[in-house]
Amino acid sequence: MSAPLIEMRGITKVFGAVKANEGVDLSVAPGEILGLLGENGAGKTTLMNVLFGAYAPDTGEILVEGKPVAIHNSADALTAGIGMVHQHFHLAPRLTVLENLLIGIPGKSGRIDRTRGLARLAEIGRQYGLSLDPNLPVSALSVGEQQRLEIIKALFRGAKLLILDEPTAVLAPSEVDGLFAALRSMAAQGLGIIFISHKLNEVRALTHRCVVLRHGKVAGRVDHPAETTSSEMARLMCGHEIVPPVKEASTPGAAMLTLDGISTAGHAGTLLREVSLFVRAGEILGIAGVSGNGQRALADVISGMLPPKAGTMTIAGKTVAQFSPRDLQALGLGRIPEDRMTTGLVTNLPLADSMVLPRIGTEAFSRKGLLNPAAIRAFAEEQIKAYDIRCPGPMVRAGALSGGNLQKALLARELAFDPKVLIVSQPTRGLDIGAARFIHEKFLAMRAKGRGIIVIGEDLEELLMLSDRIAVMYEGRIAGTLPSADATIARLGLMMTGAGHSEEAA
Amino acid sequence: MSAVFEQIFQVGFLAAIIRIATPLAFATLGEMFSERAGVLNLGIEGIMLLSAMAGFTAASLSGSLWLGVLVAVLVGALMGALHALFTVALGLSQHVCGIGVTLFSSGLAYFLYRLIFGQQSVPPSIDGFKPAPIPLLADIPVLGPAVFNQFTLVYLAIIAVPLAAFVLYRTPWGLSVRMVGENPRAADSAGVSVIDTRFQAVILGGALMGLAGAFLTMAQFNAFTFGVVSGRGWVAIALVVFGRWDPWRSAGAALLFAFVDALQLRMQASGLGHIPYEAFLMLPFIFTIVAMAVMSRNAVAPSALLKPFRREER
Ligand SMILES: Nc1ncnc2c1ncn2[C@@H]1O[C@H](COP(=O)(O)OP(=O)(O)OP(=O)(O)O)[C@@H](O)[C@H]1O
Ligand SMILES: [Mg+2]
Repeated sequence: MSAPLIEMRGITKVFGAVKANEGVDLSVAPGEILGLLGENGAGKTTLMNVLFGAYAPDTGEILVEGKPVAIHNSADALTAGIGMVHQHFHLAPRLTVLENLLIGIPGKSGRIDRTRGLARLAEIGRQYGLSLDPNLPVSALSVGEQQRLEIIKALFRGAKLLILDEPTAVLAPSEVDGLFAALRSMAAQGLGIIFISHKLNEVRALTHRCVVLRHGKVAGRVDHPAETTSSEMARLMCGHEIVPPVKEASTPGAAMLTLDGISTAGHAGTLLREVSLFVRAGEILGIAGVSGNGQRALADVISGMLPPKAGTMTIAGKTVAQFSPRDLQALGLGRIPEDRMTTGLVTNLPLADSMVLPRIGTEAFSRKGLLNPAAIRAFAEEQIKAYDIRCPGPMVRAGALSGGNLQKALLARELAFDPKVLIVSQPTRGLDIGAARFIHEKFLAMRAKGRGIIVIGEDLEELLMLSDRIAVMYEGRIAGTLPSADATIARLGLMMTGAGHSEEAA
Repeated sequence: MSAVFEQIFQVGFLAAIIRIATPLAFATLGEMFSERAGVLNLGIEGIMLLSAMAGFTAASLSGSLWLGVLVAVLVGALMGALHALFTVALGLSQHVCGIGVTLFSSGLAYFLYRLIFGQQSVPPSIDGFKPAPIPLLADIPVLGPAVFNQFTLVYLAIIAVPLAAFVLYRTPWGLSVRMVGENPRAADSAGVSVIDTRFQAVILGGALMGLAGAFLTMAQFNAFTFGVVSGRGWVAIALVVFGRWDPWRSAGAALLFAFVDALQLRMQASGLGHIPYEAFLMLPFIFTIVAMAVMSRNAVAPSALLKPFRREER
């Protein structure tokens, strides 16, 4: 193998009391796709932010093509040929594709050099098969296209190494194939790539070599990912075996939540059109579908954020008269939203406050209109322990938690109050397999206790594993419902395109 | 009413609109640059006052009007730098610091003015700028005398609008300004220094506010009084919203405000004497409030306005 393109030596980065990275060594050769694995909070994003100059390491050095370089900011990293596609995109939605590309690029005689920008864009399109309309505002792009723009942005600046932080977490399964084709073509043309993902089958399919982080340190290296089993990799990541949860047979009881002819109006995105469905006690109902087919509106109606135009909803036998999150919560509904950062937790408040927010007015946390900080703190501490939320303590800003730990905090918040019905969207997006297993177990335990659960998701394997029945959404309608025993990925995939239809099979 | 209507089409009325709009245009462009970079500058009212005072003083002591303008611009830029130091470098609250800058600058202006000129029954005045007609253009009927027989500073304002639009939309620096105001993290990861860009935009904004102040004491009133700015800074903040953070629209907003203001001046003078004059004075402000309420509904502020940038925070 040729000399490494990039080498990181002995990188340590400390945030207050947390050692996010400790003595990490890592290298990437030209043409190599390196997988970076690790549990949530293991320090992957931090390590890449150090490489990209966003964080200053406390110790350690970075070598580019054998020469030590000082990287103090992203400008230095870009000059050194390092580009990064962040977990949360760094784009300005109201500016156009071209403007987002040309930011920070010197102009020609004082003006933005559009001509050269367009030429370069076309060149990248030819070379790697990545193209976009330069004049569209970024807000008009789909998530997949925004990601493509981020990749183009890095290539535009002449990146020799491309870092992708969980790029597939935001993509639909069909878009993943396109991304992988582009990445393979880049590697074939000599670029180095660092790829972060929690989906081990993707890592095995794409990468040439893997580095596994645990608690900020290198826990192991995998030289032949394609020939290594997922469970071996999982053991390296977590330090122990991950056993799939067992789903015991259960006989569903009475209906816990029923939607009857629900339609919506005036909601951004797809409207619901006469959606009827139910979930019974001791049952998990999966909602499959290509995203953007009304899943968002469905979750908003069920959680009381979007009052429907027509139709009725009942929870545990009671008809919902007032659609508001608070009223539905009083009826026994729990909800874990899709977007943890904006509708989930308040990122600027202490974690503890965010964790009691939906129930802040109840006896448990306030008396005579005054908050009870001790009770709030105690509750948060208890949940942090019970759910193994990795954080410095209950008073840390919620925004400082890693993605996976935020998700655990949200789950803890809802499950602590034992809801009769729970609705969740993308419950394990961005979670490591250990954390995902943990959450699956919690859902199955709720099911065993006779609760009803609705899981909205795009990961069909997960839905098949968890659900008793799967409903497929297509253009705001329920295209059909299958018992999971009869469902296969192929059959669901067909229904998701609106092709196959199936009668409601209870 | 017909008397009032006739006056609208008088040359003098058009010229008055342009003259009233000039300081507002400078101030509005200044505030716009600052806000496009994500920094609200509530110091504008005080910065205009202090620059107006400093420019006036420099002009009256040196006898050079252009030196006065230069001093006003420098003082404006300096106060912009002060605001940027607090809000950009230290990341403090933009509201609190802006009000602080206004209070500090106003106090300083009063104090220095008293110190230099003492207490006088008639405020000292200077021989201000004279209209400088542009040959040929000034001979165009109506438009000529109204637009092309003005102070040089007015021409500067007229040039400043397309120039600001060019800088903001066509230059790499302007793109950086817009980017740090929308998503500073995106700018940072593209290798653009958020702190530097914001500093530059706020300083440029302060300089423009300084020009606005200079116009008031050296072209419009030719004297400094404590009420010389009288809310024009606050109006500029509203006009930026009204103009949706765009140079052309902001200038249009300034012209519209100036139109209403000129109109109310004429109405005061045109014998509608049974209405108290305060009612007319209110007119431009009522216009601003109504216009804001109507226009700002779908106006979208720069996303990162008011948000300090700290790199290692998430
Ligand atoms: N800006 C920050 N301030 C304080 N703590 C931080 C910050 N960034 C990361 N941390 C902490 O450092 C640790 C590593 O976080 P990091 O985001 O690198 O994990 P990760 O491996 O990317 O996890 P995930 O898979 O969930 O994205 C976590 O404990 C996190 O709470
Ligand atoms: Mg991460």
